[in-house]
Amino acid sequence: MKPNNILIAPIRSFFVETGELAYFAGRFFREIFRRPFEFKELLKQCYNMGNRSMLLVGVTGFIIGLVFTLQSRPKMIELGAVAWLPSMVSISIIREIGPIITALICAGRIGSGIGAELGAMRVTEQIDAMEVSGTNPFKFLVVTRILATTLMIPLLVIMSDAVALFGSFLIENIKGDVSFTLYFDEVFRALKYSDLVPSTIKTFFFGFAIGLVGCYKGYYCKHGTVGVGLTANAAVVEASMVVFIIDFAAVLITDIFYSI
Amino acid sequence: MNDIQNSTNKIVVIKDLVKSYGEHKVLNGFNMELFEGETVVIMGKSGSGKSVMIKCLIGLESHDSGTITIMNKNLDKMDADTLNDIRTEVGFLFQGSALYDSMSVRENLEFPLRRHIGKFGKIGDATPLVMEALESVGLPQTIDLMPEELSGGMKRRIALARTLILKPKIILYDEPTTGLDPITSKEIVLLMKSIQEKYKTSSIVITHDVDCARFIADRMILLIDGINYIMGTYLELSQSEDPKVKAFFKQ
Repeated sequence: MKPNNILIAPIRSFFVETGELAYFAGRFFREIFRRPFEFKELLKQCYNMGNRSMLLVGVTGFIIGLVFTLQSRPKMIELGAVAWLPSMVSISIIREIGPIITALICAGRIGSGIGAELGAMRVTEQIDAMEVSGTNPFKFLVVTRILATTLMIPLLVIMSDAVALFGSFLIENIKGDVSFTLYFDEVFRALKYSDLVPSTIKTFFFGFAIGLVGCYKGYYCKHGTVGVGLTANAAVVEASMVVFIIDFAAVLITDIFYSI
Repeated sequence: MNDIQNSTNKIVVIKDLVKSYGEHKVLNGFNMELFEGETVVIMGKSGSGKSVMIKCLIGLESHDSGTITIMNKNLDKMDADTLNDIRTEVGFLFQGSALYDSMSVRENLEFPLRRHIGKFGKIGDATPLVMEALESVGLPQTIDLMPEELSGGMKRRIALARTLILKPKIILYDEPTTGLDPITSKEIVLLMKSIQEKYKTSSIVITHDVDCARFIADRMILLIDGINYIMGTYLELSQSEDPKVKAFFKQ
């Protein structure tokens, strides 16, 4: 390979894939309003993605709440600011840590799952079989999964935030003898509309991106069973990258919006 | 011309079909006709473009040039809805069966049925239709099993039942006996024959299996170098003096 090709090929590949992903997203928005609506499959996917991710997301959120409070507490005591701990923890978790950690876990669990499932269906000709029977595999497989991630990931983030705050409260209760009422009174006093709304809105975009990337990778999977593994891997990596980009954009937009 | 060709209409016509992958020309002016009620077997070496041809025919692969006409409709000029309507008339049996492995046998069969309300109307309980299709392949007892619980031969039969449930006029078989033991292969071939007789379907069969071809073919086409090298009955082809044809049958 010529030296300039080493540089140009990945850049070209990046732009080609970005374009294809945009086209794929466009197709999703076209198909979403066309009949027939696959409600049963949507509910099934919501159950698979939501219910079956609850334990992982819940445990992770709980441990993050515990660890975050345990590590912050000594420094806050040293600064004489231990009373601010519930406020600090709640703002950090609600605005950033809860959404981003949950989205990354979901990119790993749900994104790779979608990529591998659709990839396996592609290489075993199941998607082709749907197509030749005159049905619309994109609608049945892709639209339902992207909708399910878009709806379920915000709910998982809300649950993760709640569990993380509960974990934080447990440490405060054990170490500082702070009551449930006092702790959550401080939490809700600290949180503002501008903390809750932007962080919730961005989780819908996280969900959409995770579903979109997973479906795109799986739907166009190539190279047989080896390709399925690569697809699952690529789905996680690319979905995580897109989540970070969306997060950065969301923080910038929020900053501009609230600083006016 | 045989009786079928004399008495009935052309249901599929392929003219000068060309398909390339990069520099490699897989199909290089392939021609064929399929008449109503006829079974045409297409044989050829691995990589000769048999499966590509059949996928072009159903619109799974696009072709570079040439025309494909199915039931007097040009495939190139069809919009997506017309293509989907045509696809309900054309069944496709995949080499690997391609059963939806997250669905039970019942759901596999109901899947296409429930998405063609225009053709079948709104179906409340699809069990009678599912059972009818399963009985025609001799596996009514598998209705609530998952694909992973079925053997290779059973999967092939269920895939055939899923094809039959849409009551197609044409069935395309892609290597229907590949990967099966000789006894199961023979059962599948007998089943294909009985389905053809019962439902009066027209069929295109892609196969390497000479025994299958001999039993089922009204006509055979030998695909060599991307073209229909020779066409005729099994007897005509097997007695041909052409060196390439002889070499193929010798193998």
